Amino acid sequence: MINYDKYLNSSIRSVSPSGIRKFFDIANEMDDVISLSIGEPDFQTPWHIRDEGIRSLIKGKTWYSPNRGFADLLNEISKYYERRFGISYSPSKQTIVTVGGSEAIDLAFRVMVEPGDEVIIPQPSFVCYEPLAVMAGGKPVIINTKDEDNFRLKAADLEAAITPKTKLLVLPFPNNPTGAIMEKRDLEEIAGVVKKHDLIVLSDEIYSELTYGGRDHVSIASIDGMYERTIVINGFSKSYAMTGWRLGYALGPTEIISQMTKLHQYGIMSAPTTAQYAAIEALKNGSRDVRKMRDEYDMRRRLVVDSFNDMGLSCFEPLGAFYVFPCIKSTGLSSEEFCTRLIMEKHVAVVPGTAFGKCGDGFVRVSYSYSLKHLKIALERIREFTEELKNEGNG
Amino acid sequence: MNKLLQLLGTNSQFSTAEIAAMLGEPEDYIAAQIKEYEKEGIIKGYQAVVNWEQLDDNRHVEALIELKVTPKKERGFDEMAEMCMAFEEVESVYLMAGVYDFALIVKGETMQDIAMFVAKKLSTIDGVLSTGTHFILRCYKDRGMKLFSFEDSADERSLIL
Repeated sequence: MINYDKYLNSSIRSVSPSGIRKFFDIANEMDDVISLSIGEPDFQTPWHIRDEGIRSLIKGKTWYSPNRGFADLLNEISKYYERRFGISYSPSKQTIVTVGGSEAIDLAFRVMVEPGDEVIIPQPSFVCYEPLAVMAGGKPVIINTKDEDNFRLKAADLEAAITPKTKLLVLPFPNNPTGAIMEKRDLEEIAGVVKKHDLIVLSDEIYSELTYGGRDHVSIASIDGMYERTIVINGFSKSYAMTGWRLGYALGPTEIISQMTKLHQYGIMSAPTTAQYAAIEALKNGSRDVRKMRDEYDMRRRLVVDSFNDMGLSCFEPLGAFYVFPCIKSTGLSSEEFCTRLIMEKHVAVVPGTAFGKCGDGFVRVSYSYSLKHLKIALERIREFTEELKNEGNG
Repeated sequence: MNKLLQLLGTNSQFSTAEIAAMLGEPEDYIAAQIKEYEKEGIIKGYQAVVNWEQLDDNRHVEALIELKVTPKKERGFDEMAEMCMAFEEVESVYLMAGVYDFALIVKGETMQDIAMFVAKKLSTIDGVLSTGTHFILRCYKDRGMKLFSFEDSADERSLIL
């Protein structure tokens, strides 16, 4: 018998698998389960975008693309960031197309983090930052964002988490799972601390097209003095409903992007060719689709937030992404207990807040990336569940 | 308030409270708006979208009838439209641009019903020049709703993280 442990990298082995899975696996075993656990758009990629992908295949465009992506796509990305967020990046030097935003996050960590470097990660947040920081040899330092701050990152909390070893700050807004956003004045305060301590920011803006209530996304890179110390991560998955195409990108200082490009070149070579042709069309002619999807999400968002508050599970108004993050503390259950009982008793799957960091206890993540009809049924079942919990408490 | 009509046009199953939440408006305002639309006749009614074919004892046949007519001096096409609308067999009446003037959707229990209706009632109206009957074989999509789906429509998304 081979003892594989001695062959396996111990820091990789120490990383635990994602906690979202468990409830999904239970859900898969049951009939009649209504899931509100998925974190990707329920829309299909708009037809004209799919069509461009198909056309490229018909024309036989089946080769590798240049390492950093097709020039046309790099140009379109650059124009898009200028147009939408007022920041200008050189397509030939400051832009790289990656296999999803996730690859870009991984690359950024790996080109910057050295053993012992501290990476500040606000939580609750997307599950990949912490393990990727660890695998890059860094030490994650967690900041807990709070319900009473609408889960925004506060400058004082950031200041308190900084040590001489701090190198990077991950800025995951609009946020998965809380739906929180950072407005300009919030970012200005954060920028002050970042500049003072000479940090670099990894700004994950993958949900940047999904903000509501008239609050357009603001990139921290557009704040004075932050352009030169920010790596922006974005992609096509959430904004254009293109998750399966696996296409993201990073924008930032030439020196950092060129190192990321080297790593990408050796590890990945290039992002999928077909997806890049489709993405060019998305950026050129997809803004109407984005608006349409956003309006639809917005309607669902209002319905879901309103329902949770009405049930007595208080829910701050999320202004981004497609999640709500209601507080379930009033039930007296932990997040895990709440989710387990909800799926066993009512066959509704939601994700415990703890999957996104310890501080997520007392909350659950509810995705509204589902049809209104689906949401209505799910919400009715959750309402029954909370009523029954109340009666238990009284009885 | 186009959004309200859009929402009701796709799904009228939501309660006023739910619609109000979705549109971010007060509930009594939405209730008043709907009443107003109903009163003004902007909202004519609410109907279920039925897939008749799925019924075991389905007796529902529909045909699209093309009608060429002579417009009347005084009232143009309106008079003819009015006469067509009066038949309970006629489900819809459209005035068309192109080679014919009216398109009607006519329903009956059997094809014979529709054939007889066209032959005896429709084509004998004064001013009707010709009719063309196209029986509808199957309705795949009606008022934005798919009545058939050919692929498993189950949610294919999986949790990957």
